[in-house]
Amino acid sequence: MIDKRVGSLADAVAGIEDGATVLVGGFGASGVPVELVHALLDQGTTDLTVVTNNAGSGETDVAALLRERRVRKIVCSYPRSAGSVWFEERWRAGEVELELVPQGTLSERMRAAAAGLGGFFTPTGADTRLAEGKEVRVIDGRRHVFEEPLPGDVALVRAARADRWGNLVYRTAARNFGPTMAAAAALTVVQVDEFVELGELDPEAIVTPGIFVDRVVRVGTA
Amino acid sequence: MSGPLAVRDVAGRIARDIPDGAYVNLGIGLPTLVADCVGEDKEVVYHSENGILGMGPAPAPGEEDPELINAGKQPVTLLPGGAFFHHTDAFLMMRGGHVDVTVLGAFQVSETGDLANWATDDATHPPAVGGAMDLAVGAKRVLVLTTHTTRSGEPKLLPRCTYPLTAAGVVDRVYTDLAVLDVTDSGFLVREMVAGLTREDLQGRTAAQLAFADDVAVLEPGQRE
Repeated sequence: MIDKRVGSLADAVAGIEDGATVLVGGFGASGVPVELVHALLDQGTTDLTVVTNNAGSGETDVAALLRERRVRKIVCSYPRSAGSVWFEERWRAGEVELELVPQGTLSERMRAAAAGLGGFFTPTGADTRLAEGKEVRVIDGRRHVFEEPLPGDVALVRAARADRWGNLVYRTAARNFGPTMAAAAALTVVQVDEFVELGELDPEAIVTPGIFVDRVVRVGTA
Repeated sequence: MSGPLAVRDVAGRIARDIPDGAYVNLGIGLPTLVADCVGEDKEVVYHSENGILGMGPAPAPGEEDPELINAGKQPVTLLPGGAFFHHTDAFLMMRGGHVDVTVLGAFQVSETGDLANWATDDATHPPAVGGAMDLAVGAKRVLVLTTHTTRSGEPKLLPRCTYPLTAAGVVDRVYTDLAVLDVTDSGFLVREMVAGLTREDLQGRTAAQLAFADDVAVLEPGQRE
């Protein structure tokens, strides 16, 4: 019997170790697994490498991890926003390392890890400072930069609904990095609004098949 | 009417160059004004890097869905026929040449089509690149919407960019408040200029050497199509 459902947020993040590389879904405030990140915060896990598109805003999720000095390094495309106060504070003080990655390269590096590939050549970033020190190859007359895979020890993802096998569907643009991150981590933990019975999700419409998912936890009132 | 165009008028001019049926990604900020100017007779499918095709206008007040946002994190809507997909596919569309047109802002554009629009050398703020590089290298046509000079009068169209590059050799056409210029193998070619401006005036506000088309047209104040 397969049952990936866990009963609490604490169980969902149990065993995530200090020093882990954690992929955190979301784009701006859309699709962020806020409750899972807070559970990680409550658990005391620290020295994290966080891979996420933005660096949090206000006092919640990744911003809270930064505020509490749990983040050693952040890998992201756009750490700056109106409310990215804690990232900027820690970055200015030299307390958090930033690896800035073009957004599509960030996503594709995780996909490469998920797909078992040793990296890829992309025209994105060629002849820019973000390609400094990287191997360049001319392919079909165009300069391409070699990018390495980016696997996670853990992925924290938010979806709308899950069954006990961990099959997932998402809501509108909250899908964003979820499917790629779910496939790119050794341990994938998903928070959902609703559990449904096995067979209830339309198999033609399942976005993330359960093979990529290890734990699902229900959050909220749905 | 003469003198520099308002940004909305430049957006209106760009809208005339968006073909019916095009898949279009508008950069964050001012380029989103172009969508307001594209005529109702055209069917244009707007793409957003966070996984949306068929993006519609902003919702009515009170109708916002906090998860249905555009690249600038503003609430949007989905039109009938629209689709959601994940980030890796969104960037596959951008990088892989599936998006027909992008409109981007710029700090600087060089005469070889280099684009600088993601960073200045201001070290007091953390760098942030987002999807700018993927879009610049991948869209079939890269259009730039910008003022001709900075607020303090420094030229933005240069022989070489001095700010960090977003991508090299990618810009097809630049629309400023003074002129429409194509990037050609031999540099900037002026296609249109606002009325009341001489070629010498325009060259005086441009660091790159300008060439002029045989039939330079008047850059008309744009309007909603």
